[in-house]
Amino acid sequence: MDKLKKLTKMKLFLPVFCMFLVLCVNMIYDASTGKPFYSFFQVGITNGLLSGRLVNILNRGSEVAILAIGMTLVVSASAGTDISVGSVMALCAAVCCRLLAGAAAPKATELAVPLIVGVLAAIGMGCICGAFNGGLVAYLGIQPMVATLILWTAARAIGLLVCDNLIVYVRNDTFGMIGGFVGFFPTPIIIAAVCILVVSIVLKKSAMGMYVQSVGINKSASRIAGLNSKRMIFICYLLCGVCAAIAGVVAASRITSADSNNIGLNLELDAILAVAIGGNSLGGGKFNLAGSIIGAYTIQAITTTMYNMGVSSAVAPVFKAVVVIIIVAIQAPPVKAFFRKRSAKRASLKSGKEAAAA
Amino acid sequence: MEDGVVLTMRGISMTFPGVKALDNVDFTLRKGEIHALMGENGAGKSTLIKCLTGINDFEAGEIHVDGVEGPVKNHSTSDAQKVGVSTVYQEVNLCPNLSVAENLYIGREPLTPMHTIDRRAMNRKAKELTERLKINVDVTQNLENYSLAIQQMIAIARAVDMECKVLILDEPTSSLDDSEVEKLFGMMRDLKAQGVGIIFVTHFLEQVYAVCDRITVLRNGQLVGEYPIAELPRVKLVAAMMGKDFDDLAEIKPEGFEAHADAPVVIDAKGLSHKGTIKPFDLVLHKGEVIGLTGLLGSGRSELARTIYGADKAQTGTLKVKGEEVKISHPIGAIHLGMGLLPDDRKAEGIIGDLSVRENIILALQARQGMFKQMSRAKQEELADKYIDILQIKTASKETPVSQLSGGNQQKVILARWLATDPDFLILDEPTRGIDVGTKTEIQKLIIQLAGEGKSIMFISSEIEEMLRTCNRMAVLRDGAKVGELDGDLTQERVMAAIAGGADNG
Amino acid sequence: MTSTTEKPAGALKERRQMNGNTVLLLITIILFFVLYAAGCAVYAGKGFATVQTFLNILRSKAGLLCVTCGMTCVMLTGGIDISVGSLVAMDCMLLSYGMANWGLSAPVMCLMVLGIGVLFGLFQGYCVGYLNIQPFIVTMAGMFFARGMTAVISTDQLSITADINQTFYNWANYRIYLPFGGTLNRKGVMIMPYFGIGVVISLVVLVVIFLMLRYTKFGRSLYAVGGSEQSAAMMGLNVKKTKLKAYLLSSFLCSIGGICYCMNTMSASVSQATGLEMDAIASSVIGGTLLTGGVGNVIGSFFGVLINGTISTIVQTNGKLASSWPNILTAALLCFFIVLQSIFALIRERKK
Repeated sequence: MDKLKKLTKMKLFLPVFCMFLVLCVNMIYDASTGKPFYSFFQVGITNGLLSGRLVNILNRGSEVAILAIGMTLVVSASAGTDISVGSVMALCAAVCCRLLAGAAAPKATELAVPLIVGVLAAIGMGCICGAFNGGLVAYLGIQPMVATLILWTAARAIGLLVCDNLIVYVRNDTFGMIGGFVGFFPTPIIIAAVCILVVSIVLKKSAMGMYVQSVGINKSASRIAGLNSKRMIFICYLLCGVCAAIAGVVAASRITSADSNNIGLNLELDAILAVAIGGNSLGGGKFNLAGSIIGAYTIQAITTTMYNMGVSSAVAPVFKAVVVIIIVAIQAPPVKAFFRKRSAKRASLKSGKEAAAA
Repeated sequence: MEDGVVLTMRGISMTFPGVKALDNVDFTLRKGEIHALMGENGAGKSTLIKCLTGINDFEAGEIHVDGVEGPVKNHSTSDAQKVGVSTVYQEVNLCPNLSVAENLYIGREPLTPMHTIDRRAMNRKAKELTERLKINVDVTQNLENYSLAIQQMIAIARAVDMECKVLILDEPTSSLDDSEVEKLFGMMRDLKAQGVGIIFVTHFLEQVYAVCDRITVLRNGQLVGEYPIAELPRVKLVAAMMGKDFDDLAEIKPEGFEAHADAPVVIDAKGLSHKGTIKPFDLVLHKGEVIGLTGLLGSGRSELARTIYGADKAQTGTLKVKGEEVKISHPIGAIHLGMGLLPDDRKAEGIIGDLSVRENIILALQARQGMFKQMSRAKQEELADKYIDILQIKTASKETPVSQLSGGNQQKVILARWLATDPDFLILDEPTRGIDVGTKTEIQKLIIQLAGEGKSIMFISSEIEEMLRTCNRMAVLRDGAKVGELDGDLTQERVMAAIAGGADNG
Repeated sequence: MTSTTEKPAGALKERRQMNGNTVLLLITIILFFVLYAAGCAVYAGKGFATVQTFLNILRSKAGLLCVTCGMTCVMLTGGIDISVGSLVAMDCMLLSYGMANWGLSAPVMCLMVLGIGVLFGLFQGYCVGYLNIQPFIVTMAGMFFARGMTAVISTDQLSITADINQTFYNWANYRIYLPFGGTLNRKGVMIMPYFGIGVVISLVVLVVIFLMLRYTKFGRSLYAVGGSEQSAAMMGLNVKKTKLKAYLLSSFLCSIGGICYCMNTMSASVSQATGLEMDAIASSVIGGTLLTGGVGNVIGSFFGVLINGTISTIVQTNGKLASSWPNILTAALLCFFIVLQSIFALIRERKK
């Protein structure tokens, strides 16, 4: 009993447990449909490309994983979420594709400008969006969700405007590679891995992690202790914008087009969910990046599993919404207090029984 | 229940994690009396009040209220109101965005036959009530348009109008000026005449003697005694509140601990001010000196310190640190200049609750080094161990979240945070508030020791005795302005007179 | 402190007039008239300056008005409800699908929609009020849930025709004519301006909510909770219950709005009413509701809705502007008012 308690207290318990649950569901489903139960883990090479459900999840989950990095920082530092990430993805993708397509828009096969220019422009756009959100939250003290609500609608609409209400195609192999394959290996996995690596090295080698947590836990105390709380919050939103931009470019490259209506749609929920499943409190403060990343891939696993079982993509949000509510409800103080009281009661009952026995 | 008694509390006990907040406390309130509840910070006054009003759950004991069968156990303030116990707190608990009349009657508005609010009747009743209590307001105006003093009176008016038997006034006079206090006392005497029992919590001794009939004194969560006002002169009251530690504190200033007029100047402020909190002031501080800031609550003590430190940005004046003129717009600037500030509100501005003791200790030093020059883990642990040892911080380990420590130990952690930066000038704002007596003495001794090492200290405390024992010099503040300085032989009488605004300003 | 204690009554009155919140409302009303006048001036040739155009704004925004009234109530408590757009979509889908495939009558379907709104609000309100979860997270989950449920009912584009349900069709096309303000059409026949049942419902909702906020205990407790939750609790109000009721009311009004919306569009699809939550929030904020709660009024929200309607009508009348412009302009306006609010708040804090 005590060991179980210790296990559930561990930092990564929630995300790993969720992942485990999803894998179990997959194995049972596979077994029940007559496939070998390990088919989930099978990795092979088809048409010279790495394939398999596991690879597929890692590949498709890249965008959410990248978003989860930024979202984790934002949640930790400002105790709020950035709900504009999905729309910012669409906007950045639109900017990138529009630049790359140049005069040939909406259907281009040749790159009008070097690829790097398009990508940098997208990241620049992400910075602007992040700075806008960060400025409102950090310097004007507006609640994070309300501040990001503005770009939540506006960014997608501006994205449409950039593309003249059309889907801009860039059917170019170099561009396609970002969301496709390098040799036989899916590029998005590499990009996500690099992003995760860079951020974790920065967190490890600088005091940024402590700064962000400190600001998230107690803004005014951090200020007195010499941290620039406002700037820290601003930087987190900025980084979140950059993450959204990278995810946007990957998403655009995957479909070799900028479809402002659909890129990053509902992805803000996935990103927030990833942070929550990762065992991070949405109330800010302490964070655990590894948890968020595992959470991100868990969500992708859930999505893939649902598609696998024939649930349509339009219906999928229902299940995700239920999962969100369950997770936040478990974290809610009144529910926690309820369980604590119950376990205390049980403990006192137990001790009472022991006393009676003695 | 005896005749003429409206409230009895018997054997009330309550523990907070690690601290016995109340230990078998009795309290009796009679009809038509004003009863002062006295004690130092952390004596258990507010805990006792909270047990009565249902905010805290007490563990043992019984409460009886006149006219209510059996023991009373309230679970919320509205429960308490139902049995006739109303409370007015120091911070006004009203809604600033509603009108005065609504604040008086919300939750029990007069209704029309259609069960809608009869605004006209409500305004009329509110007008009658405020006129009866001689509060000069337009009841249809939003509450936020009035000063805190008026808001406080509205809060009392609301409590009074609820047919209460027991009225608790928790530090109601902190934000009022003398004429307003007089008005409030008038109101209290009227209520007393009507048979209401009033519990009056305050730290202003004069006010106790001006209006109260009886005093109950608590110390460290225990009952010291209940006395009729005539039997407890001021000196005895102070002795009862402070207990034997009064003597303990006497001998901590070493021989030769004198003012350092010829030592180098560390801080030289001229005409510094922050709009709305502190008027322009001059202040000079020498190396190795302990200066005390004294004045009543809200006189601008903390604000003066915060303005020097840059926590509130100074809008006028010049500040010289070690002879060089500087501009500080943010605390980090002050830290680079060798300053440190231990803020008065430990929870809100001191500790970073969920971070570990180690992280809390190294935070300011890390901030001074900059984000990208992280201290090695070994260095961090070395520092944490060092200060846990020096200050004898009682913690399970250096990785324990600081929120799990007791108040005194949290305070030591923040102190360690600043000592780690090896400051030249340290501001300690109420470092001993809400801390047990042993730790208090330790901190006071530390202050003397630090000054001996050549650091300059600015010490702010509500307890004059404490300051008399540690300071070389005192600056006196009143109504957001520095009104004078005292040096030489510091005595309680001189300080009191200076605070009250006598001629003797040293 | 002492300097601000006593003030002559005149000074107080003046201060009240210059209150930041009143200024915000004033800006809104002026903004509406300026926008509308500009529309009339520029597009007079396209028939903008007729009574019918104004009534068309009301007709197309009847649903939004109901939703905004609910949103304002929630925002008064300091919360927010972003599930409304999806809920409207679900309502429309349920109405269309129910009448077409289950053969239920219009009143039954409407009652069903309202009932579902109540249940939905009850759940959200419980999570926010009693479980203390951030309103944004709860209603965001609600948003995705409702949108997903819409797809569960049907992923097709449905439309309600007279064949499917005659009653509902009649309701939707019932015209109430004004006795004045008519225009001559090309044939020289006088056409009187008209409006539909949706407008009547939404205006009734507006008046009822206005009276409720001003004259009922519940209405005032919404303000009290938004002004200071702690104080409200101290004064003996049931904060949790008040919050629950606010979300319940929001979802209920949203369902009424959904019916109005459906009467206007007579169709349903999964992607319907996307961004409606944004329009509702923007209308409330533009109408002077403070995001921090405690201040606001449905009259302001009404003007917020009118501004929203005017913008989209102008974009429609122009015909050449991209369809994303209304979204961008609303977001820009929202941004402007949010920033203005926070600046006013900063000034107020400075004064203290």
